[in-house]
Amino acid sequence: MSYRTILILLSILCAVLFAASLLIGPSGISPLHGLSALISGDGAAGLVMRELRLPRAILGIGVGAALGLSGAAMQGFLRNPLAEPGLIGTSAGAALGAVIAIQTGLYALFALALPLAALAGAGVAVALILILAGREGRALVLILAGIAVSALAAAATALVLNLAPSPYAAAEIVFWMMGSLADRSMTHVALALPFLIVGALILLRAGPGLDALSLGEDAAASMGISLKKLRLQIVFGTALMVGAATAVAGAIGFVGLVVPHLLRKSVGARPSRLLPASALGGAAMLTLADIATRVIAPERDLKLGVLTALVGAPFFLSMIRKMGREG
Amino acid sequence: MLELENLTVLRGECPVVDRVSAQVGPGEVIGLIGPNGAGKTSLLRGAMGLLAHRGDSSLSALDPMARARAAAWLPQAREIAWGLSVADLVALGRLPHGRDQATRGAAAVEEALRRMGLDNYRDRAATQLSGGEQARVLIARALAQESPLILADEPIAGLDPAAQIATMQVFTAHAQAGGAVVTSLHDLGLAARHCTRLWVMDRGRLVADGAPGEVLTETLLAQVFHIRAHFKNTPEGPVFQPLSTLGV
Repeated sequence: MSYRTILILLSILCAVLFAASLLIGPSGISPLHGLSALISGDGAAGLVMRELRLPRAILGIGVGAALGLSGAAMQGFLRNPLAEPGLIGTSAGAALGAVIAIQTGLYALFALALPLAALAGAGVAVALILILAGREGRALVLILAGIAVSALAAAATALVLNLAPSPYAAAEIVFWMMGSLADRSMTHVALALPFLIVGALILLRAGPGLDALSLGEDAAASMGISLKKLRLQIVFGTALMVGAATAVAGAIGFVGLVVPHLLRKSVGARPSRLLPASALGGAAMLTLADIATRVIAPERDLKLGVLTALVGAPFFLSMIRKMGREG
Repeated sequence: MLELENLTVLRGECPVVDRVSAQVGPGEVIGLIGPNGAGKTSLLRGAMGLLAHRGDSSLSALDPMARARAAAWLPQAREIAWGLSVADLVALGRLPHGRDQATRGAAAVEEALRRMGLDNYRDRAATQLSGGEQARVLIARALAQESPLILADEPIAGLDPAAQIATMQVFTAHAQAGGAVVTSLHDLGLAARHCTRLWVMDRGRLVADGAPGEVLTETLLAQVFHIRAHFKNTPEGPVFQPLSTLGV
């Protein structure tokens, strides 16, 4: 199958799943009625379609694309199939920001307080990483700095949880951290979308540099690639996308790890080709998972992050097993 | 094609390359020899502009893309991430040329594959080839770059004798087509047979620069390499055989 065919098929899959995400939900609106209500915006059905399902479907695509694309970029940059977008600490930082907003009650003041606090957390994490890893440092230093910052953010998050004023606040925090796309509004979409788009543009431009990096840092530099610029591209692009994604959806694991791996063989392993394919694949996978949470347990508000981890972790294990066998 | 003037590379306070001045012209295959730790790799990386240095290298003055079009670099570590196909990997050599040269690029990749005998390997995953085959693929990448100058760090280390000779012949052909090659290597016999000139490094200094027959003297071998060796000019070219170490 040619590369172009794969991209077209993935795009069609995304479009179909986007439509399905719009048309499936607990309120039992028939597909035709739903579509006309979406266009006209009339009545209760119009409200449900425009205020609940449309933002949810858009965020499913956007957040999924963010995770898939940044996962592929991170794996390409670190030349490691086990790398994932959270590695540089942005998702842990964003989670901490959100948790602080919940703990302090800030999030009740206005709708965007929580995602804005999460974005600020991601920003602080990136600043820390760049200070810790220096501006020249090698990939290994970046990973270690990412692990350190993630650990610090996780500890701070645990501390906030530990000191939560009430079980209610603690439950709120725990549920937020599980990751979900339920009850998001167009305001969330408007907040996240600019970051997602700018981040995506930055990461997609890193393709040739990542290709060259397949031959090692020295060879890439000799082929005219500025490693310093590439590193900043990857760090900022990932931070923008993952920061915004975490801010509106919470922590969703495994998509960024699994999707590039699933697609790598079929696109011919070149990192530059994997980037757009992973963005589409991530969008499709997350939207599918989000639909699944509504179909499997419509009454129980099954969290999206729980589902992706439930499916992702066994897959991850089988991947490691396979790597072990190939030696 | 390459001019080095007082090139110095420091590691901490200690110079690992110490005020090296030399030139490379078209048609030359220069063998860079010297014991381990003499500074061969640092000299090549410094000349490429991949290491911070003092003094001048005509290459490191260029902007990165122009430099890549002027000189290709083959690092000693044969790193290949992901299961890139041989054809895709060799095509990476076209990166410095941008997209405007797409047609020329495809032809250059074909030419490089053919010259390295990789026609039948193009769809194979490079990671699944043997070490010798991978070395050939990486050299093909450097050829596809079509840079007049190739700097190579121990490209024949770990290759079987046939592959070693074949690699040196590819370098000779590249030089005869108007290019030039500077390659570090430890096999003084191959260096003597296939290089037009030898650079000898010892503790960061360039201690000899000349034709193999002039450079590989008994005194130099004793001083720099601490060995005694047999060296003879035969009708088939120079033959060199290390015999024993000298007490240190």
